[in-house]
Amino acid sequence: METFIIQLLNGLVFSMLLFTMAAGLSLIFGQMDVINLAHGSFYLLGGYIGLTMVRRLNNFWLALVVAPLLVGALGLVLEYFFLRRLYGRHRHLDQVLFTFGLALIAADLIRWYWGAYVESVPPPDLLSGQVPVFAVQFPIYRLSLIGVGVALALFLWLLIERTRIGAIIRAGVADAEMVSALGIDVHKVFAGVFALGVALAALAGVLGSPVLNLYPGLDFEILILTLVVVVVGGLGTLKGAFFGSLLIGMADTFGKAFLPEFTLFLIFAVMAVVLLLRPSGLFGLEGA
Amino acid sequence: MAVNNVSISVEPGERRAIIGPNGAGKTTFFNLLSGELAPLSGRIFLDEQDITPLPVHERARLGIGRTFQRNNLFLGLTVYENVQLAVQQRLGLASRWLRPARTFEALRQEVLELLRALGLEERLFEPASSLSYGEQRQLEIALALAMKPRVLLLDEPTAGMSPAETTAMVEMIASLPRDVTLLIIEHDMDVVFSLADRITVLHYGEVIADGTPEEVKGNPRVLEVYLGEA
Amino acid sequence: MAAIASRLARVRLQFAQRRTWALLLLAVVAVLYPYLVRPYHLSLAIEVLIFAIFAMSLDILLGYTGLVSFGHAAFFGLGAYLVAYTTIGLTNNLAVTLPVVVVGTALAALVAGFFAIRTSGIYFLMVTLAFAQMLFSIAIRWSSVTGGSDGLSGVSRPAIGVGPLSYTFDSRTSFYYLVLAFFLLSWWVLRRIVDSPFGWTLRGIRENEQRMLALGYNTFRYKMAAFVIAGVFAGIAGMLLAQFFRHAAPENLYWTTSGQVMIMLIVGGTGTLTGPILGAAVIRLLPNYLSTYTDRWQTVLGLTFILFVLFAPQGIMGLIQRFRQRGERREHSENRTS
Repeated sequence: METFIIQLLNGLVFSMLLFTMAAGLSLIFGQMDVINLAHGSFYLLGGYIGLTMVRRLNNFWLALVVAPLLVGALGLVLEYFFLRRLYGRHRHLDQVLFTFGLALIAADLIRWYWGAYVESVPPPDLLSGQVPVFAVQFPIYRLSLIGVGVALALFLWLLIERTRIGAIIRAGVADAEMVSALGIDVHKVFAGVFALGVALAALAGVLGSPVLNLYPGLDFEILILTLVVVVVGGLGTLKGAFFGSLLIGMADTFGKAFLPEFTLFLIFAVMAVVLLLRPSGLFGLEGA
Repeated sequence: MAVNNVSISVEPGERRAIIGPNGAGKTTFFNLLSGELAPLSGRIFLDEQDITPLPVHERARLGIGRTFQRNNLFLGLTVYENVQLAVQQRLGLASRWLRPARTFEALRQEVLELLRALGLEERLFEPASSLSYGEQRQLEIALALAMKPRVLLLDEPTAGMSPAETTAMVEMIASLPRDVTLLIIEHDMDVVFSLADRITVLHYGEVIADGTPEEVKGNPRVLEVYLGEA
Repeated sequence: MAAIASRLARVRLQFAQRRTWALLLLAVVAVLYPYLVRPYHLSLAIEVLIFAIFAMSLDILLGYTGLVSFGHAAFFGLGAYLVAYTTIGLTNNLAVTLPVVVVGTALAALVAGFFAIRTSGIYFLMVTLAFAQMLFSIAIRWSSVTGGSDGLSGVSRPAIGVGPLSYTFDSRTSFYYLVLAFFLLSWWVLRRIVDSPFGWTLRGIRENEQRMLALGYNTFRYKMAAFVIAGVFAGIAGMLLAQFFRHAAPENLYWTTSGQVMIMLIVGGTGTLTGPILGAAVIRLLPNYLSTYTDRWQTVLGLTFILFVLFAPQGIMGLIQRFRQRGERREHSENRTS
């Protein structure tokens, strides 16, 4: 029973990290029709920037703010100089390939700068230690990640459903041409959404580093799981990202605990079943 | 666009025109017949067979050929290759996988004949994307004809064509074998009256008139709808 | 006008003749190659040929059918592991190992394809990627069977024939000839496939799947067939690689391998069979020269790739064609002025 509760909590923690990733990926896709294969690289980059800041300045909270900002700024630059050249009807594949090229370069440069070791990041002092939850001891830091994930989901939901910016984003998902006809600068919206999406990935990187550590190759592990989440949940919807994350986060955590050799097999099986029943994911729009 | 309660039966070999103002649901009706859309209720029969549950490609194999209102071609392939795709499917060659397509003499002959008949033989090796709009329209129809369908659905075959092209197209359609059942959506009334045996008028997804061209011409409802709109 | 046409036809004929000579010359070089170069360069040639088979197989999916698979290494690695198993546990005879690889990868492609092909576009890309990563994770984690991160070693080189009439491709030179034979055979079969009515069916699906359905094509079946053919040839390439290095490694299944073959294809040019061969050569040889100048060759590779994606999406073949068209146009204008 105790292991079960601990795994359940761990599953929630991992789900919330996945959600932070999947929300960004899904947002970018919904807006720009781009599947960002460098999303895991932005996660890892964010994590490593955080690591450096924690090492040099011993300030986790600063890292939590600065890493997403830096990575978001990098996103703006990449969007402005490269992705923007590839908008248009026939260049979908090229956009995906571009982000794939980015992922390759990022993997190499990150390994070069930060080395090929497994780096662990201590949680901030304020949140170190354990508290009792349902008769088990559970790390405070991990517990707070669950709260952060739920808060983030609420924040994004409010942003998209209740604000003017959100209205523009929603309209852009439905019909980008219409939005530009209304006199809104689609390029600015695209750039903003891309920056927000990759900043979320970097945020996940910083948040996740005390739990998952940092090492070369983590970028693609995370990317694959995030892709599975959005396939299962359905692309372009926040709801899909949220429930997809829960499903995959739990499957991964319990799989690792009870069937460590076949965890990804289990996850793939979940995805296969969902695709059989709903080829566009649980909450995806048909024909997306 | 919605279609409600449309009950139409077309005799084999009949030439039926479907007319109606924009938004009457004509193309939706075609999409239901060809299987691009699934009806919420109702049935579709071909001869005695209920084809409602069949997907698009199976209906096509049963002999329902169609053209699209907006040209729907293989733009990156040449004119010849476009038609070849339609012909090789009908001849049952589409899954022959180790013999070059150009060595199937029957296939070659048929593609060339069809293109000659449609006056596209000058443009054989041009990519479909480089054709003029009217030529693309002809190719659109060539693809459907190459299927040798029993039922041919033509969605505005002359839309956007010059008067000369329209005349040639009408002649070509008129010269089709009489055993092909023809359904034509068309806005050009001259085309409709020169081709159709019977006319069905749709308005807001419902049939408001159905009969010979003479009957429909004199129908007060039809006049009201058309004049009211004009 | 007619004069220009006949002149152009003559130019084309000259081209064709020149090409025949070039191909003959290439064939002679290929046969004599082991006696012309050092062993190291022979190994490189073997790898290039193996990756050329791999890249051509991906082109059947990506270039001809328009299915963007990011997990093609799944079948490459599977071929490697299957041959490693069979060779270690049973025999190194090609009469056994080749059918095992062909049937095994075909079955895997049927299963993966059944799920992947139900989806389209971006979903297809993600499902194929996830499938390959799943195999990779099994290869790493299920170490009692797969050898874990060490992979399977002790794969002997293949043999043919029985008893006294058997021959093992032990030496590097003999193995080179075996790979060359597999390469030529694969090229020939794939050439036949893309020229066949089936090959045109695939291009039709790439161009406009909806219209193919309206013409009566059961596109699911054809996409499935393409997926299986691509999987089998990728498996054969993986088999040859494992036999060459006497080793099946989890890296053969990893996304970097999928990525590498994707880069070969894009840099070479999709939708042709020559493109992937050129791409395999360039991408396989590039690191050898780059690594003498920099340790960051993967970054250089990524940058090269991005430059092609941005400025020459048709790859080297596209550049050659552009160059050739310019030549023909010049021919035109010279004709007009003379």
